[in-house]
This record gives sequence, C-alpha cells and structure tokens, in this order.
Amino acid sequence: MFYREAGDFKTSYTADSQTFPIKFDRYRYYVVLAVAFGIIPFIINDYWANALLLPFLIYAIAAIGLNILVGYCGQVSLGTGGFMAVGAYACYKLMTAFPDVSMFIHVLLAGGITAIVGVLFGLPSLRIKGFYLAVATLAAQFFLVWLFNRVPWFYNYSASGQINAPERDVFGIIITGPNAPAWATYLFCLIFVTFCAIIARNLTRGTTGRTWMAIRDMDIAAEIIGVNPLKAKLTAFAVSSFFVGIAGALFFAVYLGAVEVGEVFGIQKSFLVLFMVIIGGLGSIFGSFAGAAFLVLLPVVLKVVGVDVLGWPTDIVAHLNLVIVGALIIMFLILEPHGLAQLWRVAKEKLRLWPFPH
Amino acid sequence: MPEQLVFAMEVILNGLMAGVLYALVALGFVLIYKASGIFNYAQGVMALFAAMTLVGIMNGQVPFAHLINATFGTHVHNFGWNVPALLAIILTMGVMVLLAWAVQRFVMRHLVGQEPIILFMATIGLAYFLEGVADLMWGSEIKTLNVGLPQGINLWIDETTFNIFDYGFFIDNLDIVATIIAALLVAALVAFSQYTKQGRAMRAVADDHQAALSVGISLNFIWIMVWSVAGFVALVAGIMWGTKSGVQFSLSLIALKALPVLMLGGFTSIPGAIVGGLIIGVGEKLFEFAIGPLVGGATENWFAYVLALIFLVFRPQGLFGEKIIERV
Repeated sequence: MFYREAGDFKTSYTADSQTFPIKFDRYRYYVVLAVAFGIIPFIINDYWANALLLPFLIYAIAAIGLNILVGYCGQVSLGTGGFMAVGAYACYKLMTAFPDVSMFIHVLLAGGITAIVGVLFGLPSLRIKGFYLAVATLAAQFFLVWLFNRVPWFYNYSASGQINAPERDVFGIIITGPNAPAWATYLFCLIFVTFCAIIARNLTRGTTGRTWMAIRDMDIAAEIIGVNPLKAKLTAFAVSSFFVGIAGALFFAVYLGAVEVGEVFGIQKSFLVLFMVIIGGLGSIFGSFAGAAFLVLLPVVLKVVGVDVLGWPTDIVAHLNLVIVGALIIMFLILEPHGLAQLWRVAKEKLRLWPFPH
Repeated sequence: MPEQLVFAMEVILNGLMAGVLYALVALGFVLIYKASGIFNYAQGVMALFAAMTLVGIMNGQVPFAHLINATFGTHVHNFGWNVPALLAIILTMGVMVLLAWAVQRFVMRHLVGQEPIILFMATIGLAYFLEGVADLMWGSEIKTLNVGLPQGINLWIDETTFNIFDYGFFIDNLDIVATIIAALLVAALVAFSQYTKQGRAMRAVADDHQAALSVGISLNFIWIMVWSVAGFVALVAGIMWGTKSGVQFSLSLIALKALPVLMLGGFTSIPGAIVGGLIIGVGEKLFEFAIGPLVGGATENWFAYVLALIFLVFRPQGLFGEKIIERV
C-alpha cells in the first residue's frame, strides 16, 4: 500500500537516475542510516558490538568485495581469507611503522596494498576460467597464509608469531586495543561500510559494472562487442581485493585485536564469505548485507537455543551449525539461486500490488 | 655416490609414494567429473566420512550417541561388540551407496542443467553438511584405524639400499601397500569403464546426456552408480590415509591436496590424475628438501598450488585434458 511508484514523477535526468528512484526505498535508506549513525551508538554495549554488530559490519564489507568479483564479474575466488590476511598484515605493519598517522589512512592504505596483491593473483584469470580459476585462487590462499606465518618481518619478529593491534586513536578517540569503547569501534566500522557500499553501488550501476556483468554473462561475446577483458577482470580483482583488504584490516585491528594467521584467515574464512555471498544473493549489494547478517546471526542463535535453552554441549551445537549451513547452501542453490536478495525483490513486487493483486 | 644425491633419491621415492595417495583421491574426482560434469569438492569429506563410519562400525559405536544422550539424558555409547574389519568394510560400502543415492535423489537431481560453478558450490555445501553429520554420528575426536594393513619401515628395502649406498632408505610398508592397491584400483576402473556394459553406459552419459537417454540409458541409475564408485574410491583413500595419520578432520583436507593434482593432470583424464599425482608428490618433496630450509619450511602447503597455477597459465586444460573449445 505504501510501497508504490505511482505519482512519483521525475522531472530531471538526475532525479531519474538516482540510486533509489522509488521514494519509499529512498526514505527507508535514510531512516536506516539515521538509526545506524544516530541511535545505535548511544545504546550499544560491548556484548552487542562484539558478538553481532562488528562482525556483521566487517563481513558485510568482505561480502560486498567478493560479490563484486563472483556475483558481478563471474570470477569465482576461494582466496578471500588470504586477501583479508594481506589487509590485516598491511594494516599491522603501517600501524607499527607510523604510529601518528590516522587509522583511517592506515585502513585505506591496507586496502590499496591488498588491491595490488589481488591484481597480481588475478592475472591468471585471463587464461584460466571457471572452476579452474577457483582452484587457482586457492594458490593465493595457501601461499599468503604460509608467507605471513613463516616470514618474521611481517609479524615484527614477535616471539608468538601473532600480531597484536597497538592502541591507536582517531581524533583523540581510541579505536583499537582493549580499551576502545564499543560505540567508537562500531562507528569506525560503520563509516567504512557506508563508504564501501556507496562506492560499490555506484560502480556496479556505471560503465565499469556493466563491463563486469558483460564478462560474467559471456566473456567471448563481451570481447566481441568491445569490452576489454584485461581491464574488466583486473579492475574487478582490484576493487574486490580493496574491499576485502579493508575488511581484513578492520577484522584484525578493530574486532579481534590479536591474530594468528592460520586460524583466523584460513580457508574456512574464504568459504564463509563465499557462503554469505551465495545465501545473500549473487550480484546484489543488499544481498551481501543480508548474507553477512544471516551467517553472523545463525551461530549466535543456534548457541542461544542449543546451549542456553536446550542445554546441549557446545561441540554438538557447533556440528549442527555445520549441518545447517551446508543444507542451507544446497537449498538456496536449488530453490533460489539468487538468494535472500531475490526473496526481498519478490516481496517488494507483492507489496507494490497489495492489497489489490489483480 | 655423493650423500646429497642418495638423500635426494630417498626423497624422490617417498614423493612417488605420497603422489600415489594424492592420485587415489584425485581419481574419485575424475570419475564423477567425467560422468556428470560435476566437480565434487566433497570427495575429501566423503573419505573422512567413510573412514569414520568404518571405525564406528568396527568399534560398535552407537550412531548419533552424543545427540541422543544430550536429548534424552541417556548414556549409550557402544553396542558392546566389535565387527571384523572385512565385514565392516562391506557395511561401510553399503552406507556409501546409500549416501550416493541420497546425494542423487536430494541434491543433484534438482540441479541438472545448472552451470558447473553452481554445481561446484553445491558440493561445497555438501562437504559442510557431510562433515557435520559425520561428527554428529561418530564424535569428532581423533580415532585410530587399524584394518590389519602392514605399517612401519620396510626392512628389506632398508637392508638392500644399505648394502648398495651405505645408507638405508626409509620407506613405509603402508605406502608400498597403498601403491599396489592404487595400481589395482586404477586397472579395475579402466577395465570397468572399457569392457562392462555399465562402464560403457557411464562413458556414453559423459559424452552426451541427451544421446545416452535416447538409446535407453537411465541417467539416474548411472549417476547413483558413479557416486557409489566415487564413494568406494573415497573409502579406499580413507582407509589408507586414516591408517597413516589417524581418522580426524584433517583427513578431509586431502581433497585440497588433490585439486592441484587434477589441474595439472586435467580433469577428464584417469592417467592424468596418476601422472599429476606423481609429479606433485615428487615436486613438493624435492622442493621442501632443496628450497624448504632456506625459506622457513612447510612449503608443502602451497607448492602444489603454485606449480599448478603457473602450469595452467601455459596450458589451461592441464597435461592430458581435452582441449577447451569455446563458442559464442
């Protein structure tokens, strides 16, 4: 009833090509932003920040990054964990080498470094396609994790081989380390999420995004109509790795604080982010958020229901979690290959006609 | 003969043995890929599942014991009997056939005609599902598997080489057995696909689904058969690796070891899987032996992938793969 475009007339090209052309969508977007920036920081506490909101925001960035590569450009990558590790270690090296520089710059630079590494590992995509490429990206995953594990320069020769985030601030507010207040870390991540989502949304609607989608739909045909596959694929790898690198930097510096690379950025992480993209919806920015929220919430809900309510041991709940995630992946691929985002689209179509469907 | 060279020879021999084990896992992939065009990531987890089921049956464990105990407050763990190895293997094979049927009935049948990459992701989901089920059924602690295969250093080789080079090679008996079994398995599979009716039907399906259907081959049956054969290969691989290093989660990671083998050898070729396995087995052991100490060791984790990656850039279809022809 409220959701319709009737009477929503546009009188200029700018108005017609804006990100959310339907008024209801636009207002909802403003409301979400207002709640996220204006209300949540005042009511947030440590539990909510660390158990749900921070992982959700950070995984959302990683999922947007991977979605650009897999969902928009059709290049399946299983190296997300490795690229997140690049972001984390780049951030660590920058934080310890230049303690006075703002964290914003460190995180952005970490993203940039990851983008360069991503392009390097993206080069074979020009020759290798489909799941040959998916397996080839595993080379990045294993090599990078090994590199950070074995070369002491990356972890500043610390005895444990771990990296620990030193205390750093932005405009005098502590962002990293154990003393950082929950609202500050939350806002810091939120700013990056908003920034990444806006960039991704606009890139995917523009020329760059269209060349990516042309490559995804059929690369040979795209080449024939004048899309440069080198440029399209490598920009996809660069932008995707940039986001994934930012996510890795935030994951290490703001969320965890201490990282052992093999555990945190192993192949499981790559699959987790890939699952977020599949469940959320391939080729949809909203889907990246939905998938991240879903897979962050699922273990927490299962833990609350299984351990706290039913009183099962934690290991059984962890195994059930695997079973459910696996079954969900298969179900989504069979029933709704476009994921949660498509369910949302269908719901919107229905709402537009409601209450008079005919 | 210089000492380094003798060491290198031992490394190469051990690499060959390891390569055979990689090839064994890779074979399972090739079979399913050839018959249905599905790249089955779950092959490694199937090996884990088979090995865990085997151990569970042999020890007379109650399936889902933890879950039952947690739900009903009971304390069941064992039936109180032990099943002899051979019978347990046959029973496990039965479970794998059931699994093949279930996979076909509930997953693959609904995904016919989808893009290969969607099928690939579905098998990743399947891998997660199976891993969770296996842990729920049999518990996730590390188990030892002993079906009576010989283990330990082979004294004959040790003595012979000592007489020749003044240095005894360390070759595990288990590796030798694995090599023999792998060779037999490959011969049997090749014979099966070349000379039996079902094997020919399988190759026909691989060639062209439509044409196979039109001459009266049942796709459902063939796929169940292929998944069962893959389950059998997984069982053999699971027994070998499980005996070697215990039945635990890391067993499922051998799938990750088999992937570069496949890329190197080509996804569609049985000889490719074997040659690829041997190249990777020897390559990574030699690399670790020669370069490993200089760069901090544990290069085995990534060497195979980087080798395959570099190789693929020059020959995208692998050593023995069919040439990839793309049309608009």
